[in-house]
Amino acid sequence: MLRKLLIGTALASGLAFAAHAEDVKEVQMLHWWTSGGEAAALNVLKGDLAKEGYAWKDVPVAGGGGDAAMTALKAMVAAGNYPTASQMLGYTVLDYAAAGVMGDLTETAKKEGWDKSVPAALQKFSVYDGKWVAAPVNVHSVNWLWINKAVMDKIGGTEPKTFDDFVALLDKAKAAGVIPLALGGQNWQEATMFDSVVLSTGGPEFYKKAFNDLDDESLKSDTMKKSFDNLAKLVTYVDPNFSGRDWNLATAMVIKGDALVQVMGDWAKGEFNAAKKTPGTDFLCYRFPGTEGSVVYNSDMFGMFNVPDDRKAAQVALATATLSKSFQSAFNVVKGSVPARTDVPDTDFDACGKKGIADLKAANEGGTLFGSLAQGYGAPPAVANAYKDVVSKFVHGQIKTSDEAVTELVKAIDDAK
Amino acid sequence: MSTVATSQIKLTPEHARPRASVRSRLQDALPKIVLAPSFAITIVFVYGFILWTIYLSFTNSKTFPSYVITGSRAYQRLWRWTFDTDPPSSWYTSITNMGIFGFLYILICLALGLFLAILLDQKIRGEGVLRPIYLYPMALSFIVTGVAWKWFLDPGLGLEQTLHQWGWTSFHFDWIKNKDFVIYTVVIAGVWQASGFIMAMFLAGLRGIDGEIMKAAQIDGATTFQLYRRIVIPLLRPIFLSAFIVLAHLAIKSYDLVVALTSGGPGGSAWLPSNFMYEYTFKRNEMAVGSASAVIMLMTIVAIIVPYLYSELREKPR
Repeated sequence: MLRKLLIGTALASGLAFAAHAEDVKEVQMLHWWTSGGEAAALNVLKGDLAKEGYAWKDVPVAGGGGDAAMTALKAMVAAGNYPTASQMLGYTVLDYAAAGVMGDLTETAKKEGWDKSVPAALQKFSVYDGKWVAAPVNVHSVNWLWINKAVMDKIGGTEPKTFDDFVALLDKAKAAGVIPLALGGQNWQEATMFDSVVLSTGGPEFYKKAFNDLDDESLKSDTMKKSFDNLAKLVTYVDPNFSGRDWNLATAMVIKGDALVQVMGDWAKGEFNAAKKTPGTDFLCYRFPGTEGSVVYNSDMFGMFNVPDDRKAAQVALATATLSKSFQSAFNVVKGSVPARTDVPDTDFDACGKKGIADLKAANEGGTLFGSLAQGYGAPPAVANAYKDVVSKFVHGQIKTSDEAVTELVKAIDDAK
Repeated sequence: MSTVATSQIKLTPEHARPRASVRSRLQDALPKIVLAPSFAITIVFVYGFILWTIYLSFTNSKTFPSYVITGSRAYQRLWRWTFDTDPPSSWYTSITNMGIFGFLYILICLALGLFLAILLDQKIRGEGVLRPIYLYPMALSFIVTGVAWKWFLDPGLGLEQTLHQWGWTSFHFDWIKNKDFVIYTVVIAGVWQASGFIMAMFLAGLRGIDGEIMKAAQIDGATTFQLYRRIVIPLLRPIFLSAFIVLAHLAIKSYDLVVALTSGGPGGSAWLPSNFMYEYTFKRNEMAVGSASAVIMLMTIVAIIVPYLYSELREKPR
């Protein structure tokens, strides 16, 4: 009796073991791309993987949104239950890599030539300690103006080349009775706009020193004060009801022609696309005045976790598919961003996308590709959020002067470092 | 059952006794066995995690928990931020908002709840319809309340816009967009949600008052105002205490209302300590600071609850 039981147990466990040794043909993915266009774009990836025989399984996140997803991820990782990959942003990847939970894709990276095709600035976040830990999906850039062409024609405006031109253009809109600047008064939107203002006011060198190297001298310099003054000037052109507005509602104001311009990252283009608007005829995309030639970027990445061996093959397939040229093109056409590798043909992209690809390439080669501080690519989250606090308090009047703002900025960043 | 047991004892005492005692011992232990799982769960998931949070607040935890004790730096930072008033630090904003919100929310809910309860207690027709109407907001989650009031109070969408369309163009109500007044909109939404529940508590209390006392007072010539002022309200004292405790802990744990209603308010001006705690722990990866703020919130609650429990336990022997 006992022997039979033992044999039975041994057999059963043997079977279980055999089943485990087989590769798991499934990709477990944590992400928050659930809205129409993004979900459609992700279906391309699902299709590519299905062709290779890998099933796609979304890790459910209650509540949606990046914050909820990151909280869920933290809990999963703490419990030792890693997803195959997770959508991640900037320093989060490095935090998890430092905690030793990320996988190693260096072999795949070598085979696929990621080292050469992915911009060096991005590799800062996808490579940790010499190992590839994440696959960048796209590159967004932040320093864009989105302009309603009908309104622009009505007020007789032309492309602003400098900050003063921009102010003159906004004045024209104001005189014509349109809301000049569409802004959502949430701290990240204000700070995203301020990224562009600083780049425009101080130039590329200054931006890098202040917002990527967090150099104290630059942070408290007169140039930074001037930047805050310029921001204050821009804020005088928003409508009184801007506080708390979501970014896509601000974009909708431009689409509908209620407002002339929005300063926003290129994800705003997804909204124009969804409203069936074409660049050049319905809307215009310009670089933020005075930032031509530089790109302030953020990027979505798929962080790859240190999964058990039987799930590694699926992970490699996911990473390879993510950085394949066909997916990079198909996905980014829909998302509004540009490919995370610089060797993807721009044939399928619209005018703004083509400009974005060319700008990224030039900025990568010219060393003017900088991480956006507001989007968490300039400094770790503690610093980035301290920065957003200061900018937002300045916009909403808790901080009253640019002198005070600069003092607070230095204090807050030092505190968070 | 017991008769069978006693008869068995009489027949074969030496065999039956241990069986009966096993059963009776089991019966004695049954409540303990039934309570044990929930007791164990409470010990671990409430008190265990309280201790864990206190421990974390003294470490250098950032994104992930770290177990290296580094002293009270997190508390020192909070202490310093407590006095950063101009421009206000996020922590200073959070605790002053807590004071404003807690005070007004509790006071208005108590006053409004009592007032509605007294009105409903006038033996009016249709009380059965009116009571649930006031009570139902409590059945909504804070998220629903927050979103509904967010739309209602938005100057471009709700009240102000509607009144402008009706012709009252000078009407102006933009508190929800104003850094100095946004916390009061949280009070409005919170009061709307909770005052019906407090009304139900007072109503139950009013129904428990002996009608004879009221009649006696009326015969003695007390006016209605005097009747309530001198007799009814003093008799409702225990209800006041319970309502206060319910409201106080609702106020301290309000988080979702602020998020849904204001998403933090202009420049973070609507934050409560719970928002501060979540922001620092999960979004800014400063888990030690977040834990320290959670410990301070806990101490605030303890400071309210312990005197209450003390007075409750002291009254029991009477």
